[in-house]
Amino acid sequence: MTNTAELRSITKTFDETKAVDDVNLEIRQGEILALLGPSGSGKTTLLKIMALIEQPTSGEVYLYDEKVNEKNAERLRLNCTMIFQKTTVFNTNVFDNVAYGLKVRKTPKERIQNEVKQALKLVGLDGFENRRARRLSGGEQQRVAIARALAINTKLLLLDEPTANLDPKNASAIEEIIAKANREKGTTVVIATHNMFQAERIPMRLALMGKGRINEVGTPAEIFGKLSKTLASFAAVENTFTGNATSAADGTTFIDIGSEIQLQTTAQPEGLVNVFVAPSDIILSRSHLESSARNVFKGRIVEISDLGKLVKLRVDAGKSFIVQITKRSFNEMGVNLDAEVFLTFKASNVQVI
Amino acid sequence: MNQIIDGLVKALQLIFSGNPGVYDITLRSLAISGAATLMALLWGTPIALILGLKNFRGKFLIKGFFNTMLGIPTVALGLILFLFFERETGIVGFLHLLYTPTAIIIGEAILITPIIVSFATSAIETVDPQIISLAQTLGASESTTSITVLKEASAGILLAGTACFNRAIAELGVALMVGGNITNLTEVLTTAVSRHTQIGDVEVAIALSIILLIVVFGITITVNFVQRRRK
Repeated sequence: MTNTAELRSITKTFDETKAVDDVNLEIRQGEILALLGPSGSGKTTLLKIMALIEQPTSGEVYLYDEKVNEKNAERLRLNCTMIFQKTTVFNTNVFDNVAYGLKVRKTPKERIQNEVKQALKLVGLDGFENRRARRLSGGEQQRVAIARALAINTKLLLLDEPTANLDPKNASAIEEIIAKANREKGTTVVIATHNMFQAERIPMRLALMGKGRINEVGTPAEIFGKLSKTLASFAAVENTFTGNATSAADGTTFIDIGSEIQLQTTAQPEGLVNVFVAPSDIILSRSHLESSARNVFKGRIVEISDLGKLVKLRVDAGKSFIVQITKRSFNEMGVNLDAEVFLTFKASNVQVI
Repeated sequence: MNQIIDGLVKALQLIFSGNPGVYDITLRSLAISGAATLMALLWGTPIALILGLKNFRGKFLIKGFFNTMLGIPTVALGLILFLFFERETGIVGFLHLLYTPTAIIIGEAILITPIIVSFATSAIETVDPQIISLAQTLGASESTTSITVLKEASAGILLAGTACFNRAIAELGVALMVGGNITNLTEVLTTAVSRHTQIGDVEVAIALSIILLIVVFGITITVNFVQRRRK
């Protein structure tokens, strides 16, 4: 597989602070790569360097096997585009916003009309051409930004927290558009996110970032299958618990996480430990399941978020657990807010971090 | 008081009867001030772009210079320009520009340049910095990015242009010193008001003043209306 972009020993320093520290990364053609890390981990700076709108302090950037320098940066920049976390639109109508990149590329007028129309249709904004872009809602403005990027048929699409400021429904729609662009147009996508769910759901590969460095690169299954300390350090808000470990007679270990909840794990930790349960590993049921799973808790649904094909639920079982199920399962179960449910997961699913 | 009311009545008669002298002076004023504003926009906007977008040593001093020049007395500038244009001894005397409309245009353009530079720089500095990154990431060259920033700052620049035109059409010192107030050649609204007042022709002076006020208010109101429509 050839590389769309390659970063070699990239370092970026602002005053005395290293925003990006010796990063090496290959972006493979046609893939979706997620940069997962907490705020301030250098994701945005790295994306800007890939988008050729920020120069690294040291290191080399290659785009389609061509080394980027001052002379060719303006030309190579035509192959990629970035969508910023803070949605920015030009102070004009939707059509002119989406047509901007095409006009810069001196595209014939008729083609501009077609491309803008198609891009707006793809993001579900057909008929919005003459609306003032700055009068649209946040979600609609973000769609304009995506349409603007897609209209130029970019080879490399760089997205900085594209759904951070959107409600779950809009976020899900944007994710679907990104996936569609990748699927149908073969657009290589790099998406910076601190959202674990997004990082698990969308990409083919994940790069874990922390303090300006890339700590791990792998598939979502590899990264989430064995939760690392880097990931836990910023993803601790969801299904990560701390408790005292006590050995059980059957060789397993109980971890008392408080509120009268003891998690059973096959790991053999001692003392105070951090544990993690992947939201997709938890089985949700309306009644108690007779199974071999060692962890069964009763709770109530306190939050439901629609993520498109998936539904994220927060269940209060004394401690707050996040559960991820498919929308079909959710509909078939017919559960609502405040419904009483059971959470079931195996001892082997309780990972010690 | 009666003199003012009589003056107003006669002034309105002069305006609405289509007095050729009054209309000539008005059109000359509009043309000279308009040309001066265009000239100042032409050289002032690139300066504002550099000051608003680039960081370099001495930027603070240059901005300070233009801000200070906002308050330059028109008579003082008129005198300096007179010495430059003076046919016998002036540095550019050989161009024979003294007492011509061109001299007034150049003088007024210099007078209003600090306005366009200061106001436009502020307008450019208030444009969201991400607009520059956005233009770049959509493939814009440096010049296209600058034009995009100017478009985003257009409301402020339009306001600066309006302030410039109003300052140019309402100033007296430069027009008097380098224009010479020659009837049918360099006489503009302000110099004509001054001359007619001095010779006791108060009605004409009032008529010309009313026209001056109508032009200034009219343009300001029109620009405000356009701005509201654009929002």
